Amino acid sequence: MSDIKYILGSFGDPDEMMHGIDKLQENNISIHDVYTPMPIHGIEAKLGVKRSRIDIAAFCFGITGTCAAFALIYFCAVIDWRVNIGGKPSFALPDFIPIMFELTVLFCAFGMVLTYYASTHLFPGRAPRVMDLRATDDRFVIAVDAKENAEHTVIDELLKNAGALEVKYNERKYISYE
Amino acid sequence: MSGHNESILREPLITGDNITYAKITDDILGPVENKPNKAWWIGFTFASLGALLWVVAVSYTFWNGIGSWGLNKTVGWAWDITGFVWWVGIGHAGTLISAVLLLFRQNWRNSINRSAEAMTIFAVICAATYVVSHMGRPWLAYWVLPLPNQFGSLWVNFNSPLVWDMFAISTYFSVSLLFWYTGLLPDIATIRDRAVGTRRKIYSIFSFGWSGSVKTWQRFEAVSLILAGISTPLVLSVHTIVSMDFATSVIPGWHTTIFPPYFVAGAIFSGFAMVLTLLLVARKVLGLENYITMFHIESMNKIIILTGSIVGVAYLTEFFIAWYSGSEYEQYAFINRSTGPYWWAYWMMMTCNVISPQLLWFKKIRLSIRATWILSIVVNVGMWFERFVIIVTSLHRDYIPSSWAMFYPTWVDVSVFVGSIGLFFTLFLLFLRVLPSIAIAEVKLLLKSASEQAKMKQIKEGHENKEYIAEYIESLEKFDSVKQEDYAKI
Repeated sequence: MSDIKYILGSFGDPDEMMHGIDKLQENNISIHDVYTPMPIHGIEAKLGVKRSRIDIAAFCFGITGTCAAFALIYFCAVIDWRVNIGGKPSFALPDFIPIMFELTVLFCAFGMVLTYYASTHLFPGRAPRVMDLRATDDRFVIAVDAKENAEHTVIDELLKNAGALEVKYNERKYISYE
Repeated sequence: MSGHNESILREPLITGDNITYAKITDDILGPVENKPNKAWWIGFTFASLGALLWVVAVSYTFWNGIGSWGLNKTVGWAWDITGFVWWVGIGHAGTLISAVLLLFRQNWRNSINRSAEAMTIFAVICAATYVVSHMGRPWLAYWVLPLPNQFGSLWVNFNSPLVWDMFAISTYFSVSLLFWYTGLLPDIATIRDRAVGTRRKIYSIFSFGWSGSVKTWQRFEAVSLILAGISTPLVLSVHTIVSMDFATSVIPGWHTTIFPPYFVAGAIFSGFAMVLTLLLVARKVLGLENYITMFHIESMNKIIILTGSIVGVAYLTEFFIAWYSGSEYEQYAFINRSTGPYWWAYWMMMTCNVISPQLLWFKKIRLSIRATWILSIVVNVGMWFERFVIIVTSLHRDYIPSSWAMFYPTWVDVSVFVGSIGLFFTLFLLFLRVLPSIAIAEVKLLLKSASEQAKMKQIKEGHENKEYIAEYIESLEKFDSVKQEDYAKI
């Protein structure tokens, strides 16, 4: 049993999987991670995942965009080269608003999504770290670190009682490199 | 998540019995994992011929200049900007479905958002090509960027709506692409994990290494919601700015404050029509009747009635304000529109956009796939004429009667337009082959709460009010994908 790195409980139903998480936690078995084909609401509270702070990042990027747009237009139209358009003021703030808005959205969207990619390690060509290939299809997979939790038979039993269709013992952390 | 049941009064968003998570994946990935059928090849042949025509016509324009179009001294903008506004407008439905309906928690968007967003991107590509080719010297297209003019010290004119438009369209395109692609990541991972060999490697690169872990999903949802939040004002701003290309000018017929809301409503109107044109065929050919149901079609038809009516009110308001303004030039522009040499275009627009969508008030028409499909095309014809009417009829009779002219398109004008439709369909058909046409993960979310089988289970459990059940069963009559006999015995 010493070669086993991860024990995977593969569920066919999200509610049963949630039940499985409860059972494991009642028995003080720590969960490494859970892989699901769709977002499961309420799971982050169970696993103690903190609220995402991506909204703060999004706001900062957005406001940067607003300022960048204003600075660019102000520099071009007011400081660097004033154009006399029928004697109207060069600092025509209402005319600046459309571009300021667009750049707010642009900076916010790209900044936030790139932050998301960076923080969850998503980038083109990254080797997928998948423990069970069906976790993107129809299985809801609870992964338990086998080294940290020694009582493998207890884990097996708990998972099966909660409704796991299959319990796998992976000797490699990720099977997707093969 | 699935701890509570949805009200039985809501119509199901997924029909059919024996739908499992695995079946959803199989059904949606069918067209991606299998060889295309005959219908796809026929469509693709025609579409790619159209795209070829587009390449020829655009190359011809680039080589010979826009003198190859039918423009003249009086009518300096015609089919090019008509086509541009038409395509941008069509694109709006995708963002509306993916962003606005997400904010309003309209779950029915889950099965149509992916293809609608794809449509947005392809439509904006078609629109952008018009912008570049109407510049005359497309190799200098980068001059619209805020570069010092001739790299000296004079900049682009930031007071010009055309410069705003450049920022709006490029932001819209890139943000839509980002939104669409981020949403695609989990589904690309699904294809990756089912594929073998080279296919797996290719999809693996494009899946960005998606794993579906708790944190990834949690942040994914936060990101989607914020993207929806910023895309909603974005989509409204884009067509507002497009309308300002006209509204901030002093041409009678263009110089109206009603343009922004009127253009936005028109954009949503034409966009939903195009979504219906595409999806009614796609659902049949790809066998997706269980996911894109009659409820979806009816809902989209209702949006078409609403936006079509807004457009109708806008047309009448415009006419009234022209009279009420007391400005004779403004009055003439509108009288000329409706009774002048382009009367047929005006009445074509009125019939297609104002009268024909009103037919959708009839339930029978709204629920007929054939009628809906025909009406969706009628609407898009009407919306093309709307832009043509606004642009050409406002220009062709200017202040000096000696310079009054008509616009006659050349073969290049026609080919660029027909070709852009070909390009659009080519891209869409390729999309159907390589990427899932329905957001798999989002549809799976609906299975335990909003599917027909979940509701059936609720009925069988026997805790539901009898009247509600009767009402629910009645609402199922419109579904072509529901086996009515299953309900006869209840």
